[in-house]
Amino acid sequence: MLYFSKLRVFSVLIFTLIISYFTISNFTKVDDEFFSKNIKLGLDLQGGSYLLLEIDNEPVITQRLQSKVLEFKKFFKDKDIKVRNFVIEDKSIIFDVENSKIEDVKSLLDDDKSEINPYFQQYKSHQFNFENMDTSFKLEFSDYGLVLLKNSSLDQAIEIVRRRVDEVGTNEPNILKRGNDRILVELPGLDDPGRIKSLLGKTANLTFQFISSSSEESFGTEKLSFEDGSSEAIVSKRIVLSGDNLMDAKPTMNNQTNETVVSFSLDRVGAKKFGKATSNGVGKRLAIVLDGKIISAPEVREPIIGGNGQISGNFTFQSATDLALLLRSGALPAPLNIIEERTVGPDLGKDSINAGIMSLIIGFILVVAFMFYKYRFFGLIANLALISNLFLLVGILTLFEATLTLPGIAGIILTVGMAVDANVLIFERIKEELKNENNSIVAFDSGYTKSRTTILDANITTLIAAVILFFMGSGPIKGFSITLGVGILTTLFSVYFIARLITAYYVIKNKHKEKLI
Amino acid sequence: MKTIYFNKFYKSFNILSGILIIASLVFLVFKGLNFGVDFKGGTLIELRTDKSSANITKIRDSFNQMNLGDVSVKNFGNETDFVVKFEKQNSNDPKFIEEIKTKLSNSIGTVDFRRVENVGPKVSAELLRSGVIAIALSLAAMLLYIWIRFEWQFSLGAILALFHDVIITLGVFSVFSLEINLSIVAAVLTIVGYSMNDTVVIFDRVRENLRKYADIKIFELTNISINETLSRTIITSVTTLLALLSIFIFGGEILKGFSLAMILGVIFGTYSSIYIANPVLVSLKVSQRTIVKEEKE
Repeated sequence: MLYFSKLRVFSVLIFTLIISYFTISNFTKVDDEFFSKNIKLGLDLQGGSYLLLEIDNEPVITQRLQSKVLEFKKFFKDKDIKVRNFVIEDKSIIFDVENSKIEDVKSLLDDDKSEINPYFQQYKSHQFNFENMDTSFKLEFSDYGLVLLKNSSLDQAIEIVRRRVDEVGTNEPNILKRGNDRILVELPGLDDPGRIKSLLGKTANLTFQFISSSSEESFGTEKLSFEDGSSEAIVSKRIVLSGDNLMDAKPTMNNQTNETVVSFSLDRVGAKKFGKATSNGVGKRLAIVLDGKIISAPEVREPIIGGNGQISGNFTFQSATDLALLLRSGALPAPLNIIEERTVGPDLGKDSINAGIMSLIIGFILVVAFMFYKYRFFGLIANLALISNLFLLVGILTLFEATLTLPGIAGIILTVGMAVDANVLIFERIKEELKNENNSIVAFDSGYTKSRTTILDANITTLIAAVILFFMGSGPIKGFSITLGVGILTTLFSVYFIARLITAYYVIKNKHKEKLI
Repeated sequence: MKTIYFNKFYKSFNILSGILIIASLVFLVFKGLNFGVDFKGGTLIELRTDKSSANITKIRDSFNQMNLGDVSVKNFGNETDFVVKFEKQNSNDPKFIEEIKTKLSNSIGTVDFRRVENVGPKVSAELLRSGVIAIALSLAAMLLYIWIRFEWQFSLGAILALFHDVIITLGVFSVFSLEINLSIVAAVLTIVGYSMNDTVVIFDRVRENLRKYADIKIFELTNISINETLSRTIITSVTTLLALLSIFIFGGEILKGFSLAMILGVIFGTYSSIYIANPVLVSLKVSQRTIVKEEKE
């Protein structure tokens, strides 16, 4: 165990130096992209906001079922099958089929090549599962059909969330999928997430609907309240225009009224629709509805043909800006709920870094002093291994651009305390061996050999804990598991390559000295 | 070095451990743990007041007027810092926190919200579940590892020592109503690793000595092994405790609970390696034949 080839000495040295370089690169500025890596600081250290959003998919499911009903009606009509009594109930579609066609409908729904109930070969599942009782059919999303629906609404939502966050212009936001109905938003440096939260909390479904003057509307009517809660109005259910046709929106000043408004421009289809509707509706009041609340309901004085319009509604400049931003970024497929929020202010982050570094330095000094007191020269060797261990640990974290959190710093300090264990095990073993062995080289060699399994055992147990934490833990805790786990690997390296190398060199030089350790 | 007769006290310390475990279980069952917002849901606000004249009573009173459910206010580190926790969480309302801040500034002057945590009931339930799974999983993984590495008598000893450490550490948290949050789960897992580590070192030596001395009984043998590894046990726990104490004293308030749990864990872990794990070997009558049989297979 004491023999090292020249090549090995060389590679250990080079490896240690290169990795250590990355540790130092955290504190210097280098122009090269590869060599100027930095450890990323977690939100708890640099300050910022962490938001976990969950999609409320209920409305999407209902919507999808409604459009499916239309599809069914058309499909069966084309096939000359009479179906009736369509109901959507408890997330399923129920309908009746004429007696003679029950088997036909069954096979149409059950066919692997079904047009109306697509079959997904790789998941061995249709989009819908169905039950049949007499003439009645009941269709429900299959598990896979539901996953598909959730995934597509998550994909849409994450895109919209990204646009909205980007428009606000925070630095380096991190937006990630979590499972199939959650979105994680990390906003470094943001200490007041109020505005982002209000932007993400809105679905931003914009519609234009006429205020109904009487109840003769063929599409039916609904009662909506005004945004400011002042009053209610009956509006037609017919949607003149929706936010989908919006091309651009920005806050502007209306010259005549001196009021902040949101001006918008429509795409070609939208402009046409809008022109037609406003031509027919001169004199009527057109309600501008956002997420089921009326923003304002101005009277149409003349047809609006060019595809440009304005929304007024007691805006401040800020609220007009936000509304324009929401309209530009598009509507979310479903409402998002914020189910977890963690915000750390920048000066708490700074305090945490300082406290972390302070305790690292003090912990390090205490351990180093204790090891020197216990082992003198060999304590120095262990301490040298400890220092290179720290450099390797931080260097590897930097190389992989890992995120350092406050518990992560605690993990580094803990590594300092536990790393010496391996050297202690070896040194104690060597002491025992020296009692019965006169040849110190032999004693050192067997000290290393005999302690090896124990050291591996001891480190594997801690590594198991670290790996489980890595997979189960979230955020800051993950940071702890990374430093703890990488710390074990660097500990083994520094003990078996660096400390052993120096020990070997020393022992071979001083083999005739009494009381080596 | 002088031999210390640890084995003379196996019985008395086992009784002591038994009492501590029962007491811990009683506390855990009847008093329960003080779960933080991570596991219970709700809102946590760490705030810094401008003047040191703002005291706990004043802050508690102004929070109580806001209808936020159960409010707890604690001093956090220095006298201008406080941690406020309450049941209500409403992160969907973007003005929720802002309004609290405004109301608070009106009654006690300028405040700075240094940290806000808002955890919904669904998330907290999930976090609790994954925390429990993580601990259970790591215990199972340790069990598996030790089962592969050692004979079953040793595994049983090590696992009992593990449970001993985890239960008593949680018991202490229950007695003093210390907060259990995500970082405590991390601490418990590390305790599990450390305790196992410590036990394995002694067990490795016991097994080695079983091969070396054919005629020494396990009662004596454990004591020899404990003594042979004693200086290592002491040095490693001292360096680990030095590092942990440094976090506890200088690492800021956020890491206090975490480092305290670890300090307790290291102390109990060291103790249990000697006084739980080894007596188990003795009472299971582990002998030279135990490992010989294993090696023949």
